[in-house]
Amino acid sequence: MNDIAVPAALLPSYREQSPAVRTRFDSLKAREVMLTVSHLHKNFETPGKTTVALKDINFSTHRREFLCVVGPSGCGKSTLARILAGLEEHSAGDVLLQGRPVTGPGSDRGMVFQGYTLFPWLTVKNNVMFGLEVNGHGKLESERESMQWLQLIGLEKFADAYPHQLSGGMKQRVAIVRALANQPRILLMDEPFGALDAQTRCRMQAHLLEIWRKIDITIIFITHDLDEAIFLADRILVLSAHPGEVQELIEVPVPRPRSVAQFVSPEFLTTKARLEELIHFGQQVPEEEQEQEDYPILARMTNVTDNVE
Amino acid sequence: MSKPRWLRILRPLSPHARFVIGIASFVLPLALWGIVSYVPVVWHPQVLITDPGSVSYLDVGAHMERAAFESEVADARHEGRAPPKGVAANPIYLPSPGEVLKAFYTSFKTPPPTKDGQWLHQSLWHSIQIIFWGFVISSVFGVPLGILCGAYAAIARLSEPFVEFFRYLPAPAFGALAVAILGIYDGPKIAIIVIGTFFQQVLIIANTTRKLDPALLEAALTLGTRSRQLLTRVVIPGILPDLYRDQRILLGWAWTYLIVAELIGTTSGITWFITQQARYQHFANVYAAIAMIGIIGLGIDMLLALLGRRLFPWDRSLAKTA
Ligand SMILES: Nc1ncnc2c1ncn2[C@@H]1O[C@H](COP(=O)(O)OP(=O)(O)OP(=O)(O)O)[C@@H](O)[C@H]1O
Ligand SMILES: [Mg+2]
Repeated sequence: MNDIAVPAALLPSYREQSPAVRTRFDSLKAREVMLTVSHLHKNFETPGKTTVALKDINFSTHRREFLCVVGPSGCGKSTLARILAGLEEHSAGDVLLQGRPVTGPGSDRGMVFQGYTLFPWLTVKNNVMFGLEVNGHGKLESERESMQWLQLIGLEKFADAYPHQLSGGMKQRVAIVRALANQPRILLMDEPFGALDAQTRCRMQAHLLEIWRKIDITIIFITHDLDEAIFLADRILVLSAHPGEVQELIEVPVPRPRSVAQFVSPEFLTTKARLEELIHFGQQVPEEEQEQEDYPILARMTNVTDNVE
Repeated sequence: MSKPRWLRILRPLSPHARFVIGIASFVLPLALWGIVSYVPVVWHPQVLITDPGSVSYLDVGAHMERAAFESEVADARHEGRAPPKGVAANPIYLPSPGEVLKAFYTSFKTPPPTKDGQWLHQSLWHSIQIIFWGFVISSVFGVPLGILCGAYAAIARLSEPFVEFFRYLPAPAFGALAVAILGIYDGPKIAIIVIGTFFQQVLIIANTTRKLDPALLEAALTLGTRSRQLLTRVVIPGILPDLYRDQRILLGWAWTYLIVAELIGTTSGITWFITQQARYQHFANVYAAIAMIGIIGLGIDMLLALLGRRLFPWDRSLAKTA
């Protein structure tokens, strides 16, 4: 985390883009639209109560865009990803993938989950082959392709290992190429690095950008880590909670290629300041929810002279 | 101060400790049995007559209650007759470990008492076949139905209430019916094993299937798996190690139905051997035969456990159990 306090007045506006960045965005928007979400609503009906998880979500992504979705916990990020993947039905609105409505899960949308979902009974290689095989590719061809994917992430030595023999970071790398092996149009990632330690996560982010640069894939990446979002994204979709609504779609002014050094650049800091403003101060939590989430006042359980602050 | 490893909760034992404690689990009950059998001051409520003395109704080798024996001795002394002699003994139905151990060998060597009777190894083999066919027939229907119940809520709702009801009906209660339908030989015996196993099997396997991590199904769906393939490519391989464990437990239950099953119709197999030996009061043989059932059952289970570790190298929970 970069908690360097820079007075907001000294920073440029997050809307200011250098010519190079502006050119990038122009060419991005010139590419065809990959996914359109319009007037998307999602309600969860539970006995006695209806939860509005998503309310009137509108956005679209272009081919080879890297879109991050951020928002406070419970704002419906996972729900959105699951709807896009076709794992959850939406209550109203449209989700169009290259103009065709999404009706259920399919191999044109890959997904990487927060938990580890590699098939424990398959070796690493067979996990990567899974999607190819169920989609009717031959065994030999699938095997060859899966080895190529494993080389891309540097895990070809682990081709015959079982998932339980891998570290968390390795598992997620395999999960990413397992989804990519199907050559989906879109890769949906729901906090895929959430369970990893800070260093591994940092390496995984660089890794992911590397993969994204090399292949024709549009990524929708969900996270609650603002640094991660700015580091990875072209644009950031900021959601608010209760109900989940789009607050803003931010174009990240940080130039590419991205590096760790940019974490302290003015563009980075101004974007982060804006995101924090939106997420921490911008939301209006309804009164009943607020009460619910207040911590109870704890009785002191230590000696009065034994102070830590 | 650190606690010894074997006292910590949910900690696996070291291989050495596993071995030693595992041996102790058999040695302790055997030692208890040995003490009761060989230490005369422990229990020994009876007297084995070695010399009837002047008591007319006593024979050498007869057992009698200690109190009755002592009053006979007192009476004889009082009347100046020769008192009977004997040694402290346990009742005839509790032979010593040594006698039972010997019976393991001799019971195989003893020819059947009747001409058309069976040798012990033939009886055992017959019992194993009954179990095998009962379990196979039950599994052929029970395993697929269990998986389908776990996978499809409608099938579960259609079959499980009835299965749930039926599993409370004691299998032996169907004995007479089974004889009427299937005759008196192996048919009704196999049927009892099937009835005793099948209904539990459906429910247990349905539950195992339902415990499969739904995230794996979702992952498969996002990889383009169609719902037909989902069953064969995700559900079945995903539950296989647990299914295998369930089957091992169910096979153990099938063994517990063996004796009742073999009493139905013409008594056969190891049950026939046991009832014969009990009739002639060869209790050492009875114990040996009962112990053989345990040894065969445990032996098969250990073999299956070993095989399971080979078959499912990815299964983490197997590493923790026997
Ligand atoms: N199956 C469900 N049934 C009822 N309510 C649900 C269900 N799934 C999610 N919700 C509700 O929908 C809202 C959004 O949930 P969601 O999991 O999408 O949030 P999230 O943004 O992913 O949160 P987090 O950052 O903690 O992962 C929450 O209020 C949650 O309680
Ligand atoms: Mg979530």
